Formats: sequence, structure tokens, C-alpha cells
Amino acid sequence: MNERVYRSLYRIRRVEEEIARIYPSDKIKSPVHLSIGQEAVSVGVCEALRPEDVVFGTYRSHAFYLAKGGDLKKMMAELYGKATGCAKGKGGSMHLVDTAHGVMGASAVVGTTIANAIGYAYALKLQRKDSLVVSFFGDGATDEGVFHESLNFAALKSLPVVFICENNFYAIHTSLMYRHKSTDICALARAHGITAERVEDGDVLAIHEHVTRAAKALRDGSSGPFFFECLTYRLMEHVGSNEDFHLGYRTRQEAEPWIRNDQVKRFASMIDGERRRRIEAEVEAEIQAAVAFAEESPFPEGEELFTDVVEG
Amino acid sequence: MERVLSYIDAIREATDQEMQRDLSVVVFGLDVDDPKAIQGTTRGLMEKYGRERVFGTPLSEDAMTGAAVGMALAGLRPIHIHIRMDFLMLAMNQLVNVAAKSRYMYGGQVRIPIVVRSMIGKSWGQGAQHSQGLYSFFMHVPGLKVVAPATPYDAKGCLIHAIRDNDPVMYIEHRILHFQKGPVPESSYTMSPGKARVTVKGRDVTLVGISYMHSECLRACRYLESIGIQAEVIDPIWLSPLDIDTIAASVHKTGRLCIVDNGWTTCGASAEIAALVTERLQGVKDVRVRRMGFAPVTCPPTPLLEDLYYPNGRTIASAAHDLVTGTHNGWLPDERLDLQEIEFRGPF
Ligand SMILES: Cc1ncc(C[n+]2csc(CCOP(=O)(O)OP(=O)(O)O)c2C)c(N)n1
Ligand SMILES: [Mg+2]
Repeated sequence: MNERVYRSLYRIRRVEEEIARIYPSDKIKSPVHLSIGQEAVSVGVCEALRPEDVVFGTYRSHAFYLAKGGDLKKMMAELYGKATGCAKGKGGSMHLVDTAHGVMGASAVVGTTIANAIGYAYALKLQRKDSLVVSFFGDGATDEGVFHESLNFAALKSLPVVFICENNFYAIHTSLMYRHKSTDICALARAHGITAERVEDGDVLAIHEHVTRAAKALRDGSSGPFFFECLTYRLMEHVGSNEDFHLGYRTRQEAEPWIRNDQVKRFASMIDGERRRRIEAEVEAEIQAAVAFAEESPFPEGEELFTDVVEG
Repeated sequence: MERVLSYIDAIREATDQEMQRDLSVVVFGLDVDDPKAIQGTTRGLMEKYGRERVFGTPLSEDAMTGAAVGMALAGLRPIHIHIRMDFLMLAMNQLVNVAAKSRYMYGGQVRIPIVVRSMIGKSWGQGAQHSQGLYSFFMHVPGLKVVAPATPYDAKGCLIHAIRDNDPVMYIEHRILHFQKGPVPESSYTMSPGKARVTVKGRDVTLVGISYMHSECLRACRYLESIGIQAEVIDPIWLSPLDIDTIAASVHKTGRLCIVDNGWTTCGASAEIAALVTERLQGVKDVRVRRMGFAPVTCPPTPLLEDLYYPNGRTIASAAHDLVTGTHNGWLPDERLDLQEIEFRGPF
């Protein structure tokens, strides 16, 4: 288990560091919203899922895409705008998708996929399937009406959905404190009759345990939906590949406990050196291959502009 | 010496002057108070006018639009800002069903003086949901005014008018236009609804360029010059009400009309302009019409497809050439480095 978790955490971290390294070359002409610092949420959740479970997410889409098993080569190619990308270059970083692995897409408009997730969950229930849906969103989405409307409906119909609020304390540069009178996000879920819990320390195993239990209950049909607020911290700027502590809306001190609590480092130290180096070498090779694949892949042909608008 | 300002600074100055002049003007929206200050267009306003008159909001476009209506009913003049036009889709009910209709359905007893500022994105993979030019949705609805200034001068004059206007005004910006610089008088001035501007005089073909596409039409004009075609370029500025007189007068002269929209053509601003000109000139003048706009697909982020998606100076010149010569010989000018970036200098 620890090795699986470490591989996934390390892989996401390194992929995004690589994106940040490449970014200044302008080869990736796509607005990238990095999850560096937030990997534990996607990993903790997705390690508790089955392949046939599905996730819906946001424009901060790299971490959950990879954690759920999205194809790395196709993701890199998508960022490069290549024809071999997961959306043939037509989505970009904000709209990663891999339906074969249960990554059902991501929206650049905050809050929108929460409603799509509950619709999917409704269908699963109607179809008597025992798989489930995870809806990832940020603290910002909890400001929106669609969040409340979706929670209400999910609770009303007891839908097989796990809501994961990745609370990184900010919507772009605006703190939750300046957006909500009460910053207790779990209370919002409870008000809709949904069982809610906060994971405060970003512990990937704690998140994993919570979601595992929730998933079991959802598959049994014994209760649901579930809501988890996972506190976490974005170490890079909102969009782009740099740090942004100079902007003044937050301080480096604020980040320090999260840096000390870095789950990637934590798990690195939990794994025996030899085995760790092997995992890292494998991941590095995979990343290099993915970058090479993206670099070498062709751009879409001009006629691709007109395909996929509607069927046929 | 004329004073030169960027489009961004022109917006900020207009807002500042109106807030100074009229205590009922308030500014709000997501991130208006954040370090980036909506590309700088709201910079310093909170410090100067306080947190009651300038404030950031939660991510709540629907409710905040309704709140703007309520504030307007109570006598304020709200300016509600959206960093992307795409997010206005969350505010449609309040804009279309409430703001646009209140004056009429309450028999003229109320007025809704709100300004809704929003920006169209372009390039760097803005993609499907950060690049749409959806102003024609609002042109469709009686009770809303729509303006899409393309120069710093107009940005200031139109915004001041919009703030003073007693009806809802959709004020449409474009991310690329934000970087434009141009002459902007320091003193306050207004630009009235329904007045277009002929920005280049010509006799062979009329190019109407909306929002950012006005800049591309100016480029097209230079390409056409090199083969002896004189294009007349018109910036409609206001889309609703629309100055069809100025456009029709030009087409009456040139007999050829190419409308270049910063959105899709179907049911869009270009369709409306073409229809109005045709209605006006049928039986009076034989006219050839061409519409251009976004390709009829979702905006792709990948650069090569994105280039094909948008009209540009060269493709507009090519279309205008075909209109003038009545041919389809595929003439397309080679890209000229000096025409990659034009800073518009209007003849005002
Ligand atoms: C409906 C809508 N309003 C505004 C925006 C602009 N915007 C983009 S990201 C963002 C912040 C969202 O914050 P949060 O949900 O906490 O996610 P995070 O970026 O922190 O992961 C905002 C306001 C948007 N994309 N969609
Ligand atoms: Mg956040």
C-alpha cells in the first residue's frame, strides 16, 4: 500500500515539476493550474476507488487525472496541443479526460461538474450498478449556487457520490475568510443532510481510509452521499508555473507547515531506499517517455478543426 | 502632445472619475480587490473609495447579478465585473429575465442602471470555456444595451456613458485589446449609444470589425492597400443600439460589405448587420455581402487549430479581395512582420 501511494504521489509531483520546467519554453500553450502540494487528496481518494468508478473534476486537473489512472502520455500530448492528446489537442490542460479510466472530464467554469457528477450518480443508481462517483472541487465552488443545489439533490435521492472539497484556503487570491461568514464547509454539507468530515492535516492515509469506508457504504447502498473537506495547500501560483508569495495575499510562513508535512517526502522516508529508488527510476523513465511522446507527436491537421462538433 | 493611455488605464480612469463624481457608483465582482485587480482596471479604487464601494465577492455570479439589480432599484449604480464573458452564462436569468425586463414589465416605474463588464479571452489555450464572444445573446434581448469598445479612447467614453445610462449596459472587453495604447483625454467625456465610427475611409469595400476584430480589419486594410484596394473600416462600437445608418451609408458607397465578428456568425452580430443593411439597401443598391467570425466549432486550444479558428488580417483581406474582384482565386497576402501588431491610432 505505502509503495503504491508513494508511486502515485511521486509521479504526480514529478510530472508537474516537469511541466513547470518545460513551461517557459512556450511549448505548452495552455493555462496550467498545478496541484503541487495538493497531491495527497487525489491520491488518497483515488487509491480507494475501483477502475469502474468515475471522477469529475476542475481545471486543476492533472492530479486527479493521473491518480485515477489517466494516461500520462496522452496528458502530456494534450498539454502540448498534439493530435495524440487525450482530447486530440481540443481540450488542453483545463479539460483532461480519459473515460476509459473513469476520468469524466473537467470544467474551467467553477462548480459546474458537481452537478454533472450527481447526474452520473443518479444514472448509476437507476442502472443498479455498484460503482460510484467522486466529485472533486475547490473551496471556491462552495460559494456557488450549483454546489448547494447539487448537494440537496444528491442527499434527497441518496446518490452514490463522494464529494471531495479540496480546501486550499483560496479562490485565486481571495481567502475563504473573505468569502464566507462561516468557514465551516462541512456544516454546509450537513445542512443538506449529508454526512461530512474534515481531514485537517492532508494525511493521505486518513483520506484514503475515509473514502474507503464511504465507498463501501455506497456500494452496499446502506447510506450516502458522503462529503469530505480535505484541507490542503497549493504551493505554486493559481495558474502558471511559478511561486507567488511575492504577491502579498499569503505568506511563505503560512506555507511552511504544509511544506514540512509534505506527503511526498513523508512517504519517501517510509520506504526502503532500494525499493524507493526503483520506483523513482521507473517513474522518471515514464515521464521522460511521455515528454518525448508529446514532443514527437504531430499537431492535429487543419481538418480536425471541424470534427467532433456533433456526431458524424 | 496627446496623452496616451492603455485600454486598461482608460477603464480605470473612467471608473475613478465616475466614482468621484457620483457617490452612488459601486464596483464589485470576483477578484476586483485582489493583487491583480482585474488586469489593473480596478487598481487603487478600493484604497481610494473604501471597501463598501469597491469589493470582491464570493463566486456567486447568479446571486451577485440579482444583487446588482437590487442595488440599482435602491438607487445605486453598480458596476459588476467578470474576468471572462463565459461566466456570464451563470448570470443569464437575472440579466435576461430581470434586469432587461424590469423597466417595461413594471410600466416604467423602475430603472436598472447597472453596468456589467466582461472580457473575452484569446490565445494561450484559453480553449472552450475562456474564449467565447457571446454578446449577440444580449443583443437579442430588448432592454439591454451592448457596447464593445475597441480603443482606449472609446473604452473610457463608453464606460462613462454606460455608468450614467439608466438602463443595463453590457460592456464587452477583450483581453488582447487591454494591451492597446492610444490617445485618451484626461477630462471626462461620454460616447453615446448607437454611434459607430468610420476609422479608415475607402471606396472599394466596407469592413465592419467588432471588438478585437476591428484591429484585424485595420491590418486587412493595409494588406489590401498593397494591391490597390481601398477598404473603408467601420467600428460599430455599440452593438445595441446599432448605428446602421453609418454602415449602410458606407455600403451604399462601396457596394461591398464584409462583417468580421469576434464571435460565431450564426444568429450573431454579423447576421444582424447583414440583414439590416440588406433591408435598407435592397432595391437601392446592388450589394455583395460576406460574413466572417469564429469557425463554427468550439474554440480549440492547440495553436494551429486556434489560428484557423479566428479570422485575421490576411484572411479578411483575402475575403475582401474576392468581394471586390468578384473572384475566388485564392489570393492570400504573405504575412508582413510590420502588420503583426498594430497599435491603433484613430483619426478622432
Ligand atoms: C463560475 C466561475 N467564476 C469565476 C471563475 C474564475 N476562477 C477561476 S479559478 C477560480 C478560483 C476557484 O477556487 P477554488 O474553487 O478554491 O479552486 P482552486 O483554484 O483553489 O483549486 C476562479 C474564481 C471561474 N472559472 N468560473
Ligand atoms: Mg481553492
